[in-house]
Amino acid sequence: MITKDIDTVAPAVPAPVADEPPQRPRKGRRAWDEAPRRQIYLPLGIYLLFTLVPFYWILLFALRPTGSTSLVPWPMTFEHFDKVWNDRSFGTYFENSVYVGLATLLMTTLVALAGGYALARFDFKVKRAFMLALLCSQFVPGALLLVPLFQIFAELQMINSLGSVILAETVFQLPLSMILISGFIRNVPYSLEEAAWVDGCNRFTGFRVVVLPLLRPGLIAVGSFAFVHSWNHFLFALMFLSDQEKQTIPVGLNSLMSADSVDLGALAAGGIVAAVPVVIVFAFIQKWLITGFSAGAVKG
Amino acid sequence: MAQAAAVAKQPAPPRRRRGSATPRRLPYLLIAPAVLLMLGFIAYPVLSVFYYSLQDYNPTKPWRNGFAGLGNFTHAFTEDPQFWDTLVFSGKWVVVEVGLQLVFGLALALIVNQTFVGRSLGRALVFSPWAVSGVLTSAIWVLLYNSQTGISRYLADLGIGEYGTSWLSDTSTVFPAAVVADLWRGVPFFAILILADLQSVSKDLYEAAEVDGASRLRQFLHITLPHLKDAIILSTLLRAVWEFNNVDLLYTLTGGGPAGETTTLPLYIANTSVDAHDFGYASALTTVAFVILLFCSMVYLRLSKFGVGGDK
Repeated sequence: MITKDIDTVAPAVPAPVADEPPQRPRKGRRAWDEAPRRQIYLPLGIYLLFTLVPFYWILLFALRPTGSTSLVPWPMTFEHFDKVWNDRSFGTYFENSVYVGLATLLMTTLVALAGGYALARFDFKVKRAFMLALLCSQFVPGALLLVPLFQIFAELQMINSLGSVILAETVFQLPLSMILISGFIRNVPYSLEEAAWVDGCNRFTGFRVVVLPLLRPGLIAVGSFAFVHSWNHFLFALMFLSDQEKQTIPVGLNSLMSADSVDLGALAAGGIVAAVPVVIVFAFIQKWLITGFSAGAVKG
Repeated sequence: MAQAAAVAKQPAPPRRRRGSATPRRLPYLLIAPAVLLMLGFIAYPVLSVFYYSLQDYNPTKPWRNGFAGLGNFTHAFTEDPQFWDTLVFSGKWVVVEVGLQLVFGLALALIVNQTFVGRSLGRALVFSPWAVSGVLTSAIWVLLYNSQTGISRYLADLGIGEYGTSWLSDTSTVFPAAVVADLWRGVPFFAILILADLQSVSKDLYEAAEVDGASRLRQFLHITLPHLKDAIILSTLLRAVWEFNNVDLLYTLTGGGPAGETTTLPLYIANTSVDAHDFGYASALTTVAFVILLFCSMVYLRLSKFGVGGDK
């Protein structure tokens, strides 16, 4: 998508200039064909500074020895990582977070895929009501339902098990994921599926063979959304998990921050540990994200 | 398609009509898991919040539990100045955050939508804070705002400001400090959504406008903005709701302090229910927050004429 853009835009720009030389002398015309270099790089550079200095800052604190005030992380040390991973049990938190993230990703995608397909391909009685419920649920703040949710999970004997967090994260990811996925499915022409039925597929195999491959960008966007969201979210874990060995990374970070005297080096190293997986996911899905959204998600 | 044909050979020919297998029940079966999950973990909790809002309910003071009528609500509106303070702060927070995020996000999207050398890398870098959590954002900005070894120390080295400045514990600087921290992670959200929508603007429109001699500004006002209108309305609304409800960042960055200066209504509610165990009153406040959100969203959608005009 992105590379294709460059291909299609590049030839389109010089064309009008070549076609209409008489227009050229008019002021401003030529100027903005050339000016954009400056108009792009200057604001972009300033914004990049705002984006990257905080990242550099956390890296700096994580890598320089305690007490150093140097602005370059040299001599480099990994003592903070060692401390955070082993003494502050970030190793365990990391494992829990991975588990919660992957389980949420899987459940959200599967349930949203089924529901999204129904919304995209069928007309049924409660469809409008269901769509309305999905939209309304966007206004329901998970943070404000902590107490009743806690009571439910207590009833289900799920307090202090990762299952409660996975369920809660999935439920609050579902509505948006389903709306997005139904948008993606609507973009796949129905006639493709019908052709598959004519060839003898039933609905499920037709869906699997024809629709699913075309949904890849959308599913990647939705799935990584679910993963990143549950990786980052911290209130549910804070509330529903009490044992230390059940905690997730954000809760660990929070406890590093709320300590009486904050160990800045450990906090920075913990932050890096928290950031690495999402940065990897992000680097991987960045291109899919733009295509995924522009595939009609918001317009659905 | 070859694959499809291969699959098709497996089932026996005399089957129900292809593709229309159980057409009546199938959609209901498909939405069933989602419906069950949402009924159990969203609808039921919401209803129980409504129920408790009419009750005095505090597990630590069981002798006072019982039906309260509208007592919790009248208490909030007439006797609880903190409710009003936190509500006003929530409004201020949402308006400032969403407004600034939209302006910067739109500008950023327009910039990275141009063709230039290093575009992919540029996009990846400016969008990257999107993936960072509220807690991690707090951690990063705690390091930056730290009074001993934060930015202020190095600025003081350069003769700007004073040593030992702690922006987060000063009531006059804590608001802008928190706003900047949240902007850092919020702007990419808008930029990504707007950039995605920009992909669907027909290039022909710009070429036609150019032939007609329309200036860049006019192209932006008459082609780009109308095209983006619905996406902007929807994303600002979703973001406003999200900014109102989300407590991660303020909870971990300022804890609502100093002196309650940065306590939003949801943060106040969380404190009321989790620390003070006053579930009845917290439920009433939640109900109020819910109604306010719904009302504001309706008014916003109506005023902005969502879905009206600005055809693509």
